[in-house]
Amino acid sequence: MPAEKPLYALTGLELLGLIKQKKTGIADILESQSLRTKAVEEKVKAFARFTDNTASGIPIAVKDNICIQGQPTTCASKILENFIPPYDATVIQRLKKAGFIIQGQTNMDEFAFGSSCENSAFFPTRNPWNPDCVPGGSSGGSAAAVAADEAIWALGSDTGGSIRQPASFCGVVGLKPTYGRVSRYGLIAFASSLDQIGPLTKDVRDSAYLTNIISGYDPNDSTSLNLPVGDYLKSLEKDIKGIKIGVPKEYFSLSGDGELEGLDREVKEAVREAIAQLRKLGAEVSEVSLPHTEYAVAVYYIVATAEASSNLARFDGVQYGLRVRSADNLIAMYKKTRQAGFGPEAKRRIILGTYVLSHGYYEAYYVRALKVRALIARDFTEVFKEYDCIVTPTSPTTAFRLGEKLENPLAMYLSDVYTISANLAGVPAISVPCGSSKAGLPIGLQITAKAFDEEMLFRVAYNYEQATLWHKMKPNL
Amino acid sequence: MYETVIGLEVHVQLKTRTKAFCGCLNEFGSGANTRTCPVCLGFPGSLPVLNEMAFEHGMKVALALNCQIQNFTKFDRKNYFYPDLPKNYQISQYDLPLALDGGLKIKINPSATLRIDGERSRTIKDKEKTIPVKRVHLEEDAGKLIHEGQDSLVDYNRAGVPLLEIVTEPMINSPDEAYEYLSELKAILKYLEVSDCDMEKGSLRCDANISLRLPGEKKLGTKTELKNMNSFKAVREALHYEIKRQAGILESGQRIIQETLLWDEALSRTVAMRSKEEAMDYRYFPEPDLPGFVLSEEKIRAVKDNLPELPQALKQRFIRDYGLSDYDVEILAQEKQVADYFEACFKVYPRAKSISNWLIGPISYELNSRNLDIQSLGLKPPELTALISFVDQEKISNLSAKEVLTERLNSKNTIEEIIKEKDLLQIRDSGELSAIIDAVLGANQKSVQDYLSGKTGAMMFLVGQAMRQSKGKANPKIAQEMLKERLKNA
Ligand SMILES: [Zn+2]
Repeated sequence: MPAEKPLYALTGLELLGLIKQKKTGIADILESQSLRTKAVEEKVKAFARFTDNTASGIPIAVKDNICIQGQPTTCASKILENFIPPYDATVIQRLKKAGFIIQGQTNMDEFAFGSSCENSAFFPTRNPWNPDCVPGGSSGGSAAAVAADEAIWALGSDTGGSIRQPASFCGVVGLKPTYGRVSRYGLIAFASSLDQIGPLTKDVRDSAYLTNIISGYDPNDSTSLNLPVGDYLKSLEKDIKGIKIGVPKEYFSLSGDGELEGLDREVKEAVREAIAQLRKLGAEVSEVSLPHTEYAVAVYYIVATAEASSNLARFDGVQYGLRVRSADNLIAMYKKTRQAGFGPEAKRRIILGTYVLSHGYYEAYYVRALKVRALIARDFTEVFKEYDCIVTPTSPTTAFRLGEKLENPLAMYLSDVYTISANLAGVPAISVPCGSSKAGLPIGLQITAKAFDEEMLFRVAYNYEQATLWHKMKPNL
Repeated sequence: MYETVIGLEVHVQLKTRTKAFCGCLNEFGSGANTRTCPVCLGFPGSLPVLNEMAFEHGMKVALALNCQIQNFTKFDRKNYFYPDLPKNYQISQYDLPLALDGGLKIKINPSATLRIDGERSRTIKDKEKTIPVKRVHLEEDAGKLIHEGQDSLVDYNRAGVPLLEIVTEPMINSPDEAYEYLSELKAILKYLEVSDCDMEKGSLRCDANISLRLPGEKKLGTKTELKNMNSFKAVREALHYEIKRQAGILESGQRIIQETLLWDEALSRTVAMRSKEEAMDYRYFPEPDLPGFVLSEEKIRAVKDNLPELPQALKQRFIRDYGLSDYDVEILAQEKQVADYFEACFKVYPRAKSISNWLIGPISYELNSRNLDIQSLGLKPPELTALISFVDQEKISNLSAKEVLTERLNSKNTIEEIIKEKDLLQIRDSGELSAIIDAVLGANQKSVQDYLSGKTGAMMFLVGQAMRQSKGKANPKIAQEMLKERLKNA
């Protein structure tokens, strides 16, 4: 019985149901949440800052890279420490219109560069399941806030797995919608051709509900598509009998290579069991091939850093954000400001991106990467001609320990190996809890569907979720 | 002697309601940074949306220059740091521009157009040359830096204004050809009503690259780039200067340094922009915020079909339909407004040559001295034709008519009122003239004798006397006829 649980522990739709039945009110919810936050935020450190709200509404946490008018929005970077956007991102407008208030902005890897939340200029966020472990990243704050019941639900952004990987690490549901489904207007860009905003929620129903609110064409975003948005809650009602699921063999043959990790045995087992469960529910599962998978990480780090190097050029101390004033000429001002304002990972990616776009290297790196990107996208198109969705692990491992991969960027990059392809191909993918390691850390199952078929994702994810209890597990905080 | 090789790169600000990628008004004269929004300020999270009108303007220009509109076009980012560039990249077009491979026909002997009067010989007129246009692409303008003492300020009102870049092949062979190309291009842009083309205000900017080579040489010489020329004349002067400078260097056996030079108008010379020009790497790559798009044949055709009449077609039509001379048409067609005005006049008063003479003569004089264009002159075509008809019917003299025009433009009185008030109507009545003729004949017996003895030139003197007597109101033609008539009977 939901009512026996404290309000903060309920899902969004459970709370909306209670409000509708007049069994609770917004004020009670806010109070419950505030008590919860006071009790656990010190341990989790999910939030960059909380909002002083004058308006009342259903609270939601938002990643600190989505612009909110009049509220500092910093991308967890010193260079934007004092930046207050003069406008609301389209998703914020949609949420406000639907009666939401922003309870606070969640911590993240600086400019979404990272998979652990350790690259935040503020502080690292902890995994609610084990404070010595990372929550994943870059939307680690949003995932941790939802997992810790500090937030009912949250928005994140996903460029190469930044919603799904932390969702997997924290045992929540995370969706990266199809590229073009949700407006990027107001999302401070990391890699414009890959970025997409999506929800992090306690279960699939909440995910479907929030996705319906934030989706749709936006004339302010030329990359958003003018296609009808399905009724995602309704798509949950269908069973999955006869649905064709592909399991790409490449994702399970990942081998350990020196210090680089392969697919964790516990993760592999959990995903195998999840696949068995899907079979039991009537799905037809077969092995498929995504032959260009092995190039995904390399392609991603060329395309994403190239775009990032250009997107981050505007942070120069001229108009907004940090300006180091001790410089005596323009070039020195640029250099000192960017040197002081960006963290090491941001600098690494700007340098890498600048390099791959440079004269003499552009053809060899960037142009080639675009060609391989097209092949990766084609792999998916081919599979989706016959299959309704693809099922894989979300991450090769469970949450790793703080500091474990900080000195080894390549190992950190490889933790995105399963999530990156969906961004490169522009297809939607969701991570749902599908197990727990012996150490008590959550494991995520990733479901990928063809472009603009979020309905299929929700349908399969929901049927799986209802047949298991993983989403009911809560960390002991 | 060397062969001159010039290429021109023209940037025109397109006249659209809003900027290229945001909803800010595309207009000037308002306070600094008042025409800005998160998009044109490059604020974090903002995204560009293409202004279709700007793109269509670009298509019009490309089609008017006979370029091939590309079926697939996209935008690219040109990356460089400068404070007037809010995002530190400019949205431009790199490898797949709006249009390629066009050309613009120019007259190769432009000075002759200006100097030889009415009856220019056909052979000169027929010397034409097509300047190949390499590419036409759309991009966004940058803001403006304002230096105040120690500080530099930025006004971003101009940032994001749509710019069209029109680049020729290096196949212009003289400063005069360059001048003629620019004049012809400007006329086309004005006819298309896509730009103000005001170089002083910066809505048209021209950079040139120039090199010299020995005749017959296939390889291009080392070029220099010329910037900061604020008029077509300045372009011509700068090119002349640069030819001399480069020729001097080559004559002395030295080598040209590839560099960017600024034209210093006051000193009439070029100066090096920076001692060592860093090779810029703009790191172009496709703009991920603006998907590339396919232009349908129908869309291209629709724009093409709606192109207005262009200067060269209009000139041919004026010669054919109105029987005007090449010379007249060349001048009338310089400004579309003037050509339109001519046609409005012709509709109410179909005497083409008279109207043309008046537009090229007195009206042009008034426009120059008042620094106005014909629309702001405030003289309706029927007013002008009324005045012309007074002259054509010999009711007032040509001289008086010019006076009436000036008076009309200075006051609010009508043409008719001014003529009446100034008592300018010519005396055509033979009774009234008769008395004047009598007096003139009586007072100038010497001239009468001269005339009668065959010195026909004396007649002009007598007519002049009649005009003087009548205070200019006598109709000279009638006066002459009457004088001749009298002296025949003498
Ligand atoms: Zn604007």
